[in-house]
Amino acid sequence: MKRLSFYALLTLIIGYTVFPYYWAFVSSIKPSSEIFATPVGLWPHSPTLENYRLVLSNAGFLQALVNSAAVCLASVTMALTFGSLAAYALGRFQFRGRTATLYLVLSMTMFPQIAVLGGLYAIINQIGLFNRLPALMLSYLLFTLPFTVWVLTNFFKQLPGELEEAAIVDGATPMQTYRLVLLPLLSPALVTTGLLAFIQCWNEFLYALSFMQTPDRYTVTRAIFSFAGVTGSGYEIPWGQMMAATILVTLPLLVLVLILQNRIIAGLTGGAVKG
Amino acid sequence: MGTSLACAHTRKLAPLAEQAQYLALPRVELTVFVVRALLWVGFIVFLANLTVPAPPPSTSATLRTTPPPVPRPDRRWAGTTLTYYGERPGFGMAFERALLRQFEQDTGIRVNYIPRPLSASECYASYQRVFQARSPDVDVMMVDVVWPGALAPHLVPLSLSTEGFLPQLVENSMVDGKLVAMPGYLGAGLLYYRTDLLQRYGYEGPPRSFDELEQMAKSIQAGEKPVNPRFVGFVWQGYTYEGLTCNALEWQVSQGGGQMLDQVDSPEALRAFSRAAGWIGTISPAGVTGYQEEDVRNVFEGGNAAFMRHWPYCYASGNAPGSPVKGRFEVAPLPGASVLGGWEWAVSAYSRHPQAAEQLVAYQTCLPVQRWRAVEGAFLPTRPELYKDPELLERMPFCAIMPEVFRQAITRPSTRCRDLYNEASSIYFQGVATVLQGGDPAASMGRVRRDLSELMQP
Amino acid sequence: MERRRLAWLLLAPTLLVLAVVAFYPLAQTLAYSFTDARLGSSRPVHFVGLRNYFDLLVDPRFYSSLSLTVRFATVTVVFEFTLGLIIALVINSQFRGRGLMRAAVLVPWAIPTVMSTQMWKWMYHDVFGVLNDLGLRCGLLAAPVAWAADPAYLFPALCAVDIWKTTPFIALMLLAGLQVIPADIYEAADIDGASPLQQFWALTLPLLRPAIVVTLIFRTLDALRAFDIFYVMVGNRPHYQTLAVFNQQVLVEFSRVGPGSAISVVIFLLIAFFVFVYMRLFGVRE
Repeated sequence: MKRLSFYALLTLIIGYTVFPYYWAFVSSIKPSSEIFATPVGLWPHSPTLENYRLVLSNAGFLQALVNSAAVCLASVTMALTFGSLAAYALGRFQFRGRTATLYLVLSMTMFPQIAVLGGLYAIINQIGLFNRLPALMLSYLLFTLPFTVWVLTNFFKQLPGELEEAAIVDGATPMQTYRLVLLPLLSPALVTTGLLAFIQCWNEFLYALSFMQTPDRYTVTRAIFSFAGVTGSGYEIPWGQMMAATILVTLPLLVLVLILQNRIIAGLTGGAVKG
Repeated sequence: MGTSLACAHTRKLAPLAEQAQYLALPRVELTVFVVRALLWVGFIVFLANLTVPAPPPSTSATLRTTPPPVPRPDRRWAGTTLTYYGERPGFGMAFERALLRQFEQDTGIRVNYIPRPLSASECYASYQRVFQARSPDVDVMMVDVVWPGALAPHLVPLSLSTEGFLPQLVENSMVDGKLVAMPGYLGAGLLYYRTDLLQRYGYEGPPRSFDELEQMAKSIQAGEKPVNPRFVGFVWQGYTYEGLTCNALEWQVSQGGGQMLDQVDSPEALRAFSRAAGWIGTISPAGVTGYQEEDVRNVFEGGNAAFMRHWPYCYASGNAPGSPVKGRFEVAPLPGASVLGGWEWAVSAYSRHPQAAEQLVAYQTCLPVQRWRAVEGAFLPTRPELYKDPELLERMPFCAIMPEVFRQAITRPSTRCRDLYNEASSIYFQGVATVLQGGDPAASMGRVRRDLSELMQP
Repeated sequence: MERRRLAWLLLAPTLLVLAVVAFYPLAQTLAYSFTDARLGSSRPVHFVGLRNYFDLLVDPRFYSSLSLTVRFATVTVVFEFTLGLIIALVINSQFRGRGLMRAAVLVPWAIPTVMSTQMWKWMYHDVFGVLNDLGLRCGLLAAPVAWAADPAYLFPALCAVDIWKTTPFIALMLLAGLQVIPADIYEAADIDGASPLQQFWALTLPLLRPAIVVTLIFRTLDALRAFDIFYVMVGNRPHYQTLAVFNQQVLVEFSRVGPGSAISVVIFLLIAFFVFVYMRLFGVRE
């Protein structure tokens, strides 16, 4: 009995967390006639990939996928490069101002993006990056960089000091130590941190909404938001296609997350719980 | 704990660190490291840009005829290239492409066509940014009828003739006595009604007043609801956006409530808004305050409503093959006033080729093109004389009522508000939305009037 | 000495980037907030002192968005924390299929907020939505409900999206906290004859305290800057604008950079206050 209720609770939790995604999936493989039919069918009677075909032949959406990938990759590359250097300094060096810098970085991880929207907007206009992808690559550093620095600093701190010492005794410069000894050791941490930062970029909406202007520069969140606003072309709001697009956009992420779930959990909680 | 270990190390390492070669290298190495990362970023940007010339979005519209030639083509600017923000992705693109091909052929001017952003408010924001930068990147652009007032400082005064155009629209495009945009096609609020249902419940024709509309919607809904639990009497655009300004302004003006800027809290206006609030949950669905154009159309075209307030384009989609209401609905003028919408063509003040640009504007709005667009794609012309055209009437029989609609057509006060229109409209529709949510009409709209007059103070 | 210089050299790129994307824009936002600057306007810009702030103080839209934001933060944090704790406790116990469970919990977290809001919006649809359908079938609802429009349901509907999206994150944070609690404490408690409930109150909660407080503050800050869910679900509907949505509307849609920046500064101060409290409570531990 106790076991039964435990598993009932489990089912309930799994149902609650997975159902909306299931529903998006079911809606995406229903033909239009079933999507807009009442009563609603809980599974499709004649499943079809039509919605996926339409989404994948939608050049605007594909462009958004490319844009998002480019913005995220570039932003994460920069965040990991700059962030790991800073984390090396913060994690392995002792100097005045270190604690203050750590405080600064930690508070920056909670920085409200909306607070710099106006100022950032002005800068982006000044340097002629308006409606250009690099504007997003740069502005996403606002949240990816502090996050990367913070998490990687914790990882650097955990590395045993003997390695570094041995390298220096062998005549390696700090940069060589960093590149040839420490970075390889930290590569799992870099992958995890990179993935988490990537997800943050992939999910970003406010800046994409405010800085990108033409449909050929939309990121995926922006494109899916506007999916709802399409008027006058079809005969209904393309809920089926929208759900198909949602599935397409989240599926790769989901697979990655599930494969790397242990590391992600470590990375996510490592930064916060260890304080 | 890790840190204390590291600290111990740092201290031990200090003498080592004094060696000169220890610091000589890092700067170069660091730079190389950072530069390499930036090169990667540059490579990613480069790759992303490589893929940018995306194949144009597919269009479903197939055209039966080619567009008319340019009337009096002027080849003086042959060879120049114009950048043009034209029809948004979707239905209009096929028309745009055909027209531009014809224009390029006849004038020798090349046109680089960029589809404008999908939603009007995004489009407006992007124009503002282009103008902010005084960018010569755009020569010609499509502008919504509510924008000329705001965008006028950045638009070239046109020297084209407005003879034969609908006077309300011409007036709307004149700022400080200068014509800054040419009306190309229009929209107007219309009342769609189900002919079969009206007949079944014994009504001779569409309602002529909001009282009649309410009463008819109520009795049809009472009769239909037992059969179809999702059936409602009347649907309209109630989401908090520009569409609500159109709907609310129609209620207000139709029922003697005066104008949007000065008399929003007149007793008549308050009555009109309270009346609309009373529809929610009775003749209109509770969800109507979440409805934009397409939600409204879904309900009506699904056969789930007796009346609908909408723009003209639903006439075509409602009669498309497979539509459940095909042949079972008609269009009438709204009881009272009807808000004019639509799109105009304008030339950027920062354009390097204003004369060539004006040619394109002239072509897009000339009589033969307006007629072609109407016959091919049901875009409503801005020249009233075309509504007598037999071919047009055959294609869109409801056009016969348009002269009557135009008599009562109103424009939103965009020319007067200039660059404050967006904000004025937001104050207005947010106030109306408060009343629709059950807020006190007098208090809410009183506040709207105060906010509006404060906003409009120089 | 040299090592210190090297450390700053290593930090330089990061600090430079942060200066460009955070500190300079922040300073500019602050400067704008004392002017009547407009975007895309040729009007001259005037210094107006604190007028933008005084205007905010008498603006009911500001208070309504502030109250909405605070209510939203409170409701979601309470629900997310309770649910998250339950889920964390469940996952922390030993059972078959625990991996699957953890995977399932990660699903909502990995989906971008814009997408999950669209998914929920579709489930909330007043005509074709699955929620209405299930409700009607099970007899829980007498008539279809407009979840995403009717003022009676809108606020809970919005909270539900955030709760669904963020509970897993909280569960994982708390789970990490649970896993560092050594198992032998419980064994000892078992021997002493403490009931599971007593163990929970006397052992689990106090030992979990650091994780709990960090989680709560993270979440509160997140909820205070909520934008995506509200913007995608209801746009600029009165009484349903959070501070961030209100700010974006004034700044971008109305192009009023001056007053918009003033709101930004207020949001920044509000969040900075919470960060300060957080720092005081915990600090950066060595």
